This record gives sequence, structure tokens and C-alpha cells, in this order.
Amino acid sequence: MSARTGRARREGRAGLAFVAPALGLIVVFFVVPVAAGFLLAATDFDIYAIGDLATARFVGLANFAALLRDPVFWKALLNTFYFVLVGGPLSVAVSLGAAMLLNVRVVRFKGLFRTVYFAPVVTTMVAVATVWRYLYHPRFGLLNQLLGAVGIGGVNWLGDPRWAMPAIILMSVWKNFGYNMIIFVAGLQSIPGTLYEAARVDGAGPWQQFRHITLPALRPMLVFVGIITMIGYFQLFTEPYVLTGGTGGPLNATLSLVMYMYKQGFRWWNIGFGAAVAFVLFLIILAGTLVQLRFQRERE
Amino acid sequence: MRKLAVATALYLVLAIGAVATLLPFAWMLSASLMQAGEASKWPPRFLPSQATLANYRALFERLDLGRCFLNSAFVATVSTVGALLIVSLAGYAFAKLRFPGRSQVYRVLLTAMVIPAQVAMLPMFLLLRTFGLVNTYWGVIIPALAPVFGIFMVRQYALSLPDELIDAARVDGAGEFAIYRKLIFPMLRPILVTFGVFSFIGAWNDFMWPLIVLTDERRYTLPVALANLIGEHAEDIELMMAGSVLTVLPVLLLFLVLQRTYVEGITMGGLKE
Repeated sequence: MSARTGRARREGRAGLAFVAPALGLIVVFFVVPVAAGFLLAATDFDIYAIGDLATARFVGLANFAALLRDPVFWKALLNTFYFVLVGGPLSVAVSLGAAMLLNVRVVRFKGLFRTVYFAPVVTTMVAVATVWRYLYHPRFGLLNQLLGAVGIGGVNWLGDPRWAMPAIILMSVWKNFGYNMIIFVAGLQSIPGTLYEAARVDGAGPWQQFRHITLPALRPMLVFVGIITMIGYFQLFTEPYVLTGGTGGPLNATLSLVMYMYKQGFRWWNIGFGAAVAFVLFLIILAGTLVQLRFQRERE
Repeated sequence: MRKLAVATALYLVLAIGAVATLLPFAWMLSASLMQAGEASKWPPRFLPSQATLANYRALFERLDLGRCFLNSAFVATVSTVGALLIVSLAGYAFAKLRFPGRSQVYRVLLTAMVIPAQVAMLPMFLLLRTFGLVNTYWGVIIPALAPVFGIFMVRQYALSLPDELIDAARVDGAGEFAIYRKLIFPMLRPILVTFGVFSFIGAWNDFMWPLIVLTDERRYTLPVALANLIGEHAEDIELMMAGSVLTVLPVLLLFLVLQRTYVEGITMGGLKE
């Protein structure tokens, strides 16, 4: 008896010791900064406060009130929602389409196609965006040359406020769709082929099979993919940063929430204000996640 | 006949997709081998008239990007090795060792994953400033050492390890750390390779945090250096493409060599949820 409790105590001590390095780092470099971020958002912490902490004052919700009056913040919010609500579903749809193509039984060289489609995912966003900056060049860019060949003329992708966000969405879909595609391929493979055969015997066409077999079977996966894609897309930063040279232009057409936080906090050192922007981002992501989880539960 | 038409259409779509996916890379490589100014000549051409390595030479000799390459390699390697140790210990403990508060702490960790990292960035910068870690490699490395998704990956894998083996080692009088080191760590190898590839590629590609922490050009990682170069060399398309090739090539090669483990890691995270 005592030998066993002694062993259990040793196991408990070891367990705590093994998670201690990870938990210590997470507390110091995540929990404390997140808590401090919420506090910072309620102060006017700025460049003077970096030198002398005593100059920072508690301002309550003043930063949030200032945000609501700030047209640039609203623009950044709108841009971010544009990117998430158009780019997110588009990216998931392309992923699902590619996965279904790769899942057709007669297709050969599946591994090769999968590798090719996946390659952009592992590459460096900064380098890829550098390449696309030139692909989008209105005159020399490859994209406009190809469009010109089919008679579509001279879109000024990154120079026209109406086209800058679609350009970022197009590049992001190209870069990201391979990731969710892999998840969907695994999901499709787990659907038994007999289900489709039975449906065909009952006279179900391809659309009905998709609607009544494929989609329901993939539902848990769609929610998972939907949540991770949404969280990732709300954090839009590198794409507009590199494509627009750090400005979020033209006319703030590609300024995202995170970019606005970066500019306010790290370029102009309005740290309290920047923290308030980050807090808004957190609330939006939290709300979006809860909505998607609720949506799934209702369907069940 | 109809079957043949369907198959042809299928391959056509797949091939168009593959070409669209690869075209930006092909153009990047081709333009990086062009003479200065050739990529912005009219009419535009896809292939260099005479391939040259001059842009790559300029990167290393004039712009010192070789140094940034080493910075990136150092940061990615050290943060991956460190994270492997920390994450394997924690993941194993959360899966197999009973200690007070285990399931509650684990649940909190998973829930915290919805908090975007950007919320922590401004305070973390101030924190690193007081530690004197701003503009150091450690300022980039240390905050990345305990990724929750890594703990999650290792725990999921470790759950499937047989308890009997661990108990037998205990009966033989082995200490808990010895069990981890001699028994568990080798058995975790497959998942640690997967996580290692994830971690290295993630650290190599990371942009926002290194951009914030590293202020001295000599300490820039490749993505930060590249983003900085566009500012001054936006017109030197061929040079920028050589820089992009240099940045992308290591992770692309790593992926091609270890793609099976990488892809398995993704489906694991997706399916177990």
C-alpha cells in the first residue's frame, strides 16, 4: 500500500516537473502578456511611458471610444471582414473542390498533384508576396499578360482601391488552399464507397450525392476547417504588408486590423491604443468561433 | 466514350490547377536568372535571354543576405530543438502521468488557442525590453519554445503508447526521467519528426514577430530582410526574385524530402478534433 502511494506521489511530482518548463514559458510569454494587453488597452501608454512608466495614465474605455470615432479603424475593420467573409469561404470551397478531384477513383498521379497543390502552403509568405507583387504589375505582370491574351485589359491590381483586396484574396487562396485540401482528402477517404453505390442505385445524381452524402459526412471537418481558416484570416498582416510596402494602401484599401495595430503600436508607439485594437480583434475571433460552434450544435 | 470525356475533363482541370499553382514559382526562378532590367522590358519574356547568376552573387556580396540566411537557420534550428524537448516532456506528461490539475490545465491550454497571438505582442515587446531581449535572436526564439499545438500533437500520439511498458519500467525501479529519456522519447520519434518539420518551417517563414523584435539589419531573418529590401530595390525585379528563391528554397526542399510526415501531421490535427 505505502509502496503504491509512494509511487503515485513520485509520478505526480514528475508530471508537474515535466509540464513545468512549458507552463512556465506559456505563463511568462503568453498569459501575462495577454492579461497585460487587456490592462494596457485601458491606459494611454505611449512613447514617453516607455522611458518613464509613471507618465502612463489609466483612461478607462477612452481608447475604445476613440476607436469608434476613428474612420481609419472602421476602414480596417471593414477590410478585415471583407477578407475573411469573401476569402475564407472561397478558400474553403477551392480546397474542397481540389480534394474531391483528387478523390475520384480513376485519377492517377494523385500523390504528384497533391504535392504540387500543397507546395505553396510551406513556402514563405514574404517571398511569395514579393513574387506576386510583380505578377500583379499592371504592364509587365504575368497576370495581366494572360488576361490580355483573352481580351481583358489592364487591371491595375495593387494601384486601384477596388482591386487591391481582391488581389490579396486571390493570392491568399493560391497560397492556402492546399492545407485544407489535405484535411478534406482524409475526410473523403473515410466515407464508405457503398454509400454512394446505394445512392446511385436509388437514382441520385452527382449533385444529390454531394448534397446528401458528402456534405453531411464532412460536417465536423467543415466546422474545424471553418474555425481555423477564420482565425487565421482575421490575422491578416503579411500579405498587405509586403504587397503594399507596409502602407495598407492604396487609400487604406488593404489596411487590416492587425496592420493597424502594428502601425499604431510599433510605428507610432501609441501602445495603449494599439492594445485596444488587438482587444477588438480578440473579441471578434472569440465571437466568430462561438457562432460556428453553436451552428454545428444546432445542426446536430 | 462518355467515360473518356469525363476523364479527359478531369485531367484537364487538374493540370490547369497544377500549372496555376506552379507558374508563380517558375516565373520567380526564371526572373532570378535574368539580366538586370530584363524582367521589365517590353514585350515581356518568360525565359531569360541569357541565364546569369549575377543576381545571386549580388545578394551575397553586396547585400550580405548570406548572413540573414544564417540568422534564419540559427533561429529556426534553435527554436525547433528547444521546442522539441519542452513539448515532448509536456505532451507525454499530459497523456500518461497523473498529477493534480492535469485535465483542467490541459483544457485551459486548448481553449487559449482562440486568443490571437497579436493580443500578446505589445506587452511582450515591453516585457522583452525589460529583459534586454529586444533586437536579439533570443527575443525571437524564447517566446516560440512552448507552442500549444505541439503539446497537443505529442499528447495525442502519446495516448496510444502502452501503459504496461511504463509500469514495467517502474517496477524495475527506473526513475520517471529515465523512463522518459530511454523509453518514451524513442517511441515518440515519429510524432517528434512531424512536429519538428512543422516547427522549423513555421519559424523559418515567420514574419511579424521577427519584424518587431529585430531592429538591426545584421540580425534580420530572411523574410524581414526581404521585406526590407523591396523598399530600396523595388525596381530591381531580378534581384528581388533571387532573394525570394533563396528564402523559399530551404523550406521547399525540406517539405519535398519529408512531405509524408508533414501531411500526416495535418490530418492528425484535423481528424482528432
